[in-house]
Amino acid sequence: MNDSAPRIGVVTFPGSNDDRDAAWALRALGAEPVTVWHADPALPEFAAVVLPGGFSYGDYLRCGAIARFSPAMEAVTAFAAEGGLVLGICNGFQILCEADLLPGVLRPNVSLSFVCRDVRLTVERSDTPFTARCVTGQSLTIPVKHGEGCWFAPDDLYADLLERDQVVLRYAEPCNGSVGDVAGVVNEEGNVMGLMPHPEHAVDPLLGSADGALVLASLVDATRDRVAVTV
Amino acid sequence: MRATVLVRPKHGILDPQGEAVESSLRQLGFAVAEARVGRLVDVEIDGDDPATVRRQLERMCEQLLANPLIESYEIELAAG
Repeated sequence: MNDSAPRIGVVTFPGSNDDRDAAWALRALGAEPVTVWHADPALPEFAAVVLPGGFSYGDYLRCGAIARFSPAMEAVTAFAAEGGLVLGICNGFQILCEADLLPGVLRPNVSLSFVCRDVRLTVERSDTPFTARCVTGQSLTIPVKHGEGCWFAPDDLYADLLERDQVVLRYAEPCNGSVGDVAGVVNEEGNVMGLMPHPEHAVDPLLGSADGALVLASLVDATRDRVAVTV
Repeated sequence: MRATVLVRPKHGILDPQGEAVESSLRQLGFAVAEARVGRLVDVEIDGDDPATVRRQLERMCEQLLANPLIESYEIELAAG
């Protein structure tokens, strides 16, 4: 069964707009994407879940604050608690922070301007299920497009994260004012990751960079490894 | 019962929106030392007992209306 494409869920919230791109990219990398509607209280069986970018629930109140209470998120929280792999991209990252599945919070960019461009990132950790195809210290070019991507954590929380090595990606150039130039973090258990850049928009060199494929293909690899372990 | 919840960026937290407002006010000629931008939520809630209503509002703030990492909140119950 290891040859079959791993099923990876992509949750669509009202206002998600990168769900189709995420599904397209996952399929291109050998997975079978399965879309899930935010109102679905139960998840079909999958090997991993992706929370895509967009503006769930209009970004009302705070980005991700309302989406975290959707029925699908209850199921995602339970899935994560059992060790399931969850990747949040942009708005998905914001939702995971609001849901307390990841540390910190995403705030309006310090410039108050929407940033939409390719940025250079540095891989801080390549021993996660989301970055295993990268090398620590590697430079990646992946686009960002967000108005509220300034990751923030109070000093004590940030110190804890550094101690536990939870920062996976940093911006290698000024981007949005994030504490420590943090672009992506992982939870303590290592099975939930969020990042502001969009790997699903960088899987084909035709679009300027295929570095995003390293992140998503790492996730696809990890689901195969897990299947191999449980079989 | 009617209540108003004020949500503010915590003291010491960078507030770029407040800074933009502050600089615009200065451009208009006002001698403004600082402006901070928060959020106001008016709530109409069932119940007559102020203590019970306040407890419910506190739970609303902790679960949804404010993010404790960056925001503080204040609850005002309408008199009468």
